[in-house]
Amino acid sequence: MAEYGRDCRAQPFMTSGHGSAQASAVLTAEGIGKRFGSGATAVTAIDEVTLSVKQGELISVIGPSGCGKSTLFNIIGGLITDYEGEVRIDGRRVSGCHPDIGMVFQEESTFPWRTALENVEFPLEVRGLPAAERRQRAQQFLGLVGLTEFADRYPGELSGGMKARTAIARTLAAHPKILLMDEPFGALDEQTRLLLGDRLSQIHRELGQTTLLITHSITEAVHLSDRVVVMSYRPGRIKRVVDVDLPRPRSSEIIESEQFGHLVASIWHDLREEASRGLAADEASRRSS
Amino acid sequence: MHRWLAPAAGFAVLVLALAALEWAASVGWVSPFLTPPPSEIAAAGWRMAAEEPLASAFFSTLGVVLAATVAAAVMGIPAGWAMYRFPLLGNAYENWVAALFSAPLILLYPLFLVLFGRGPLTIGMIGFLSGVIPVILKTYEGFTAVPVVLVNVARSFNLPESALLRKVLLPAALPTVFTGLRLCFIYTTINVVGLEYLVDVGGLGFMVGLMYDRYDIPAMYAAVTFVLLISMLGFSAAERLERRWGRGA
Ligand SMILES: Nc1ncnc2c1ncn2[C@@H]1O[C@H](COP(=O)(O)OP(=O)(O)O)[C@@H](O)[C@H]1O
Ligand SMILES: [Mg+2]
Repeated sequence: MAEYGRDCRAQPFMTSGHGSAQASAVLTAEGIGKRFGSGATAVTAIDEVTLSVKQGELISVIGPSGCGKSTLFNIIGGLITDYEGEVRIDGRRVSGCHPDIGMVFQEESTFPWRTALENVEFPLEVRGLPAAERRQRAQQFLGLVGLTEFADRYPGELSGGMKARTAIARTLAAHPKILLMDEPFGALDEQTRLLLGDRLSQIHRELGQTTLLITHSITEAVHLSDRVVVMSYRPGRIKRVVDVDLPRPRSSEIIESEQFGHLVASIWHDLREEASRGLAADEASRRSS
Repeated sequence: MHRWLAPAAGFAVLVLALAALEWAASVGWVSPFLTPPPSEIAAAGWRMAAEEPLASAFFSTLGVVLAATVAAAVMGIPAGWAMYRFPLLGNAYENWVAALFSAPLILLYPLFLVLFGRGPLTIGMIGFLSGVIPVILKTYEGFTAVPVVLVNVARSFNLPESALLRKVLLPAALPTVFTGLRLCFIYTTINVVGLEYLVDVGGLGFMVGLMYDRYDIPAMYAAVTFVLLISMLGFSAAERLERRWGRGA
């Protein structure tokens, strides 16, 4: 199993064994590692990442660009199948895409040839639900993300934020037990993100899904999460876990509070070093290429 | 209101141009022999339409062009998909197909003449060959350019691999495939009409040549107008098909 000695903070959720504490964890990733390529050009994207998310919890993973967040997302979601370690749902090891996990992708992912409503119907179609039920459920989830009026629009006619919300509604419509989101608002401006964050917070409160949110925004992480996992750069490891003990329900107004400021500062303190390493590595690779 | 503005503007320019041509010919600015006034062309078209040969020439050309285009679609789309699905094929043949695109396929005419005889089949084969190449290339390009994330979305919802083509890849690639089909139609029409003109095997191209030989210039322009009618028909058909298939897949 994992080497504990390397960094005592690196194994934050490890319990003393496979005992009862783990039973309450809906999602567990243990000792996850992934290398891309081979030989001299091999890159260790992530290494020894262990975390677990309890029922109804919202956890954020934050780290500089290129630290392996999307790799972790794809491994847990089952899209990358050759990796080290184990992914477990309710204690059972899973491989491949599992129906209990819903994924929201970093890239623009709506189907441009389908209307917003038809996009949300997609997973229900895959499951073979009757058309009327599909439609009704899709409408319900579009309503949840505030897009009822735009049901018949094609993605080309929607704003970036609306497309992001459509993608979220589509994943929610599949009723996954666990929600994985990879920078769902990554391409949006800060103000829109904060407002969509409020919406997400509200949806989380209503549906109570166990959620793993990947983000590069410290504010977003603190605003939405119960815990924030800070990752290091190259290899991507867990550097620290911060408990966010701000009261719930929260709105984006919480960013005014002193406690919020302390949390952001403390996370930035850890992240700063990693981010500058990432920046330096990026510049170096551009210089040499 | 707005919806009609663009077509109306297009039509207005056409009418204006025709009127200008009419006027220029009547005051002798342009030689009525080289560019007869549109009214004479229309009269000649009316005259020819009454005669049997024009109608049959029109339908013969339209038939050959359609058959060649449909054959190019039926064979080119699966071929382009195969190049995408089996990267070995794609890597091996992409440059070859692209090279063929710029090759003058008309040089195959003597060979096809021997194989298929002097008739619509030979012409249709040349039309098909010149049309199938853009269909293959654009279909391949369309499939290759499908964003990986769309496939990942489908996988994350456990869409069976067998449904991926119908539900994701094809609709995502369709706009590019249609670009290929439009190009196909253009190349096929050019080659079919051009060959008809060159080798006197009937059809509108032959008609153009015949009227030219008779120094019946208005009738020649009238025949050319019917060629334009074919390409307009083709384009509006492509637009309708794309609207019907492109959405709600
Ligand atoms: N398919 C791949 N092949 C090779 N290298 C990859 C691949 N995917 C990711 N990487 C590398 O792994 C590292 C982590 O990437 P990623 O997980 O996308 O980071 P993040 O999402 O945190 O920005 C990067 O250095 C990237 O270059
Ligand atoms: Mg990423």
